[in-house]
Amino acid sequence: MKYTKEHEWLRVEGDLVVVGITEHAATALGDVVFVELPEVETVVAEGDEVVVIESVKAASDILAPLDGEIVEVNQKLVDNPALVNEDPTGAAWFFKVKVDDLSVLDDFMDEDEYNDLIG
Amino acid sequence: MGRGLACLIDAGLSIRQTMGAVLAEELRRLALHDLHVALGGKMVPFAGYEMPVQYSAGVMKEHLHCRTAAGLFDVSHMGQVILQPKSGYEATALGFEALMPVDVLGLAEGRQRYGLFTNDSGGILDDLMFANRGDHLFVVVNAACKADDIAHMTRHLSGVCEVIPVTDRGLLALQGPQAEAALARLIPSVAAMRFMDVAVLAWQGVDLWISRSGYTGEDGYEISVPQTHLAEFAKALLEQPEVMPIGLGARDSLRLEAGLCLYGHDIDTTTSPVEAGLTWAIQKARRAGGARAGGFPGASRILSELADGPERRRVGLRPEGRAPMREGVAIFAADGTPVGTVTSGGFGPSVEAPIAMGYVAAAYAATGTVLAGEVRGKKLPLTICDMPFQPTTYKR
Repeated sequence: MKYTKEHEWLRVEGDLVVVGITEHAATALGDVVFVELPEVETVVAEGDEVVVIESVKAASDILAPLDGEIVEVNQKLVDNPALVNEDPTGAAWFFKVKVDDLSVLDDFMDEDEYNDLIG
Repeated sequence: MGRGLACLIDAGLSIRQTMGAVLAEELRRLALHDLHVALGGKMVPFAGYEMPVQYSAGVMKEHLHCRTAAGLFDVSHMGQVILQPKSGYEATALGFEALMPVDVLGLAEGRQRYGLFTNDSGGILDDLMFANRGDHLFVVVNAACKADDIAHMTRHLSGVCEVIPVTDRGLLALQGPQAEAALARLIPSVAAMRFMDVAVLAWQGVDLWISRSGYTGEDGYEISVPQTHLAEFAKALLEQPEVMPIGLGARDSLRLEAGLCLYGHDIDTTTSPVEAGLTWAIQKARRAGGARAGGFPGASRILSELADGPERRRVGLRPEGRAPMREGVAIFAADGTPVGTVTSGGFGPSVEAPIAMGYVAAAYAATGTVLAGEVRGKKLPLTICDMPFQPTTYKR
């Protein structure tokens, strides 16, 4: 598992990268009440706002962590946004993105580095 | 700057704050600060104070607990003020009345009423609660406005009364359907109080100033406690099985579901009480033809709006779907005409849907009117609805 400064986790699944938000982020957001996902086949660039996530406290975006094409989204989150709080690093993945070269993942933080970030 | 998760998390996820709070160089700490932290309170700046926005249970659970059992709120940041007459209660009541479109003189002893200070253009300087305590008035005002309110009262009322800020007491609110059961275990006689009654009742040898009121839409009490006994009393309430501590986050969603205004958001110096739908707070005595009609700041605008209707109205709004519409969302008519703005909005945990309130032009304010709110560039349907969103359970 790799991590971004934007509190996303990235997991490789075949030639895809699965993206979700960390437990730290889910806890900080509080109870999630709304999730809006991108359309499948959307081509995204790193930093694009791809997901809208709203908690009882605030609205936020999830930014695309890398360039690629969205090939699958987790519709369960739209129907049950609370899943983000219940299982942020498992069942509550947001989207899967196809990238040209999986070696770009080397640039992201590993678990120890991320834990240092969140202190 | 983006709106990515990191910037939100770095910002401490505080709920809406006034500019005053943001600019304040030093935040004040509540007397119960250590207790809040010990209870898992996440402290954020609000109205110049470090306040618990939530505890470990989180906003959703705290909100629902308050609707089904009882919630304890520390509202000690609010301003408590005594108006002590210099020459009789009536002169003070009439002086106070000259600042508000509200019947003060007609308020019976032992009763509390909602009031609002208006300015010369009919806008609202603050909303407040005041009580007739026999030989004096007791006033509770919003934290962000309290310095201005005290200066305002001192300027206008010094001829008839002493304006005395109460600084040696904290204020707690116990709200919810089981608030009576919990508080009555400590002070049995609170059970006999009705909505908006006030009483001075003893606990552990000190006088508590209690009103049966609150700002959640639920039955409950607000309790002014000497600082010397504040922590002990708060802990005694928290020991009751019904009671859970509730932060500002749930306080905001509870009052929104109850259709109650948050000063600085839903009402301010530009909104009149009539536009805000607070005409129930303007008793007959102060209206045209009443015993003491007019004679308050902004009377010409407020009385003419009462007669002819205001140009815009505060309304309840139900967004379709699940996307919350928050403060600042622009509202449009079906033909694209801009007709208003959301002033408070979010997710209502008890109604299990997004809810909002805001102002729309009077022609579009009828219940059932379908309008659109613009969220992230998309116009999404929303319907004007009656408030409260959640039925109130006051014990009248």
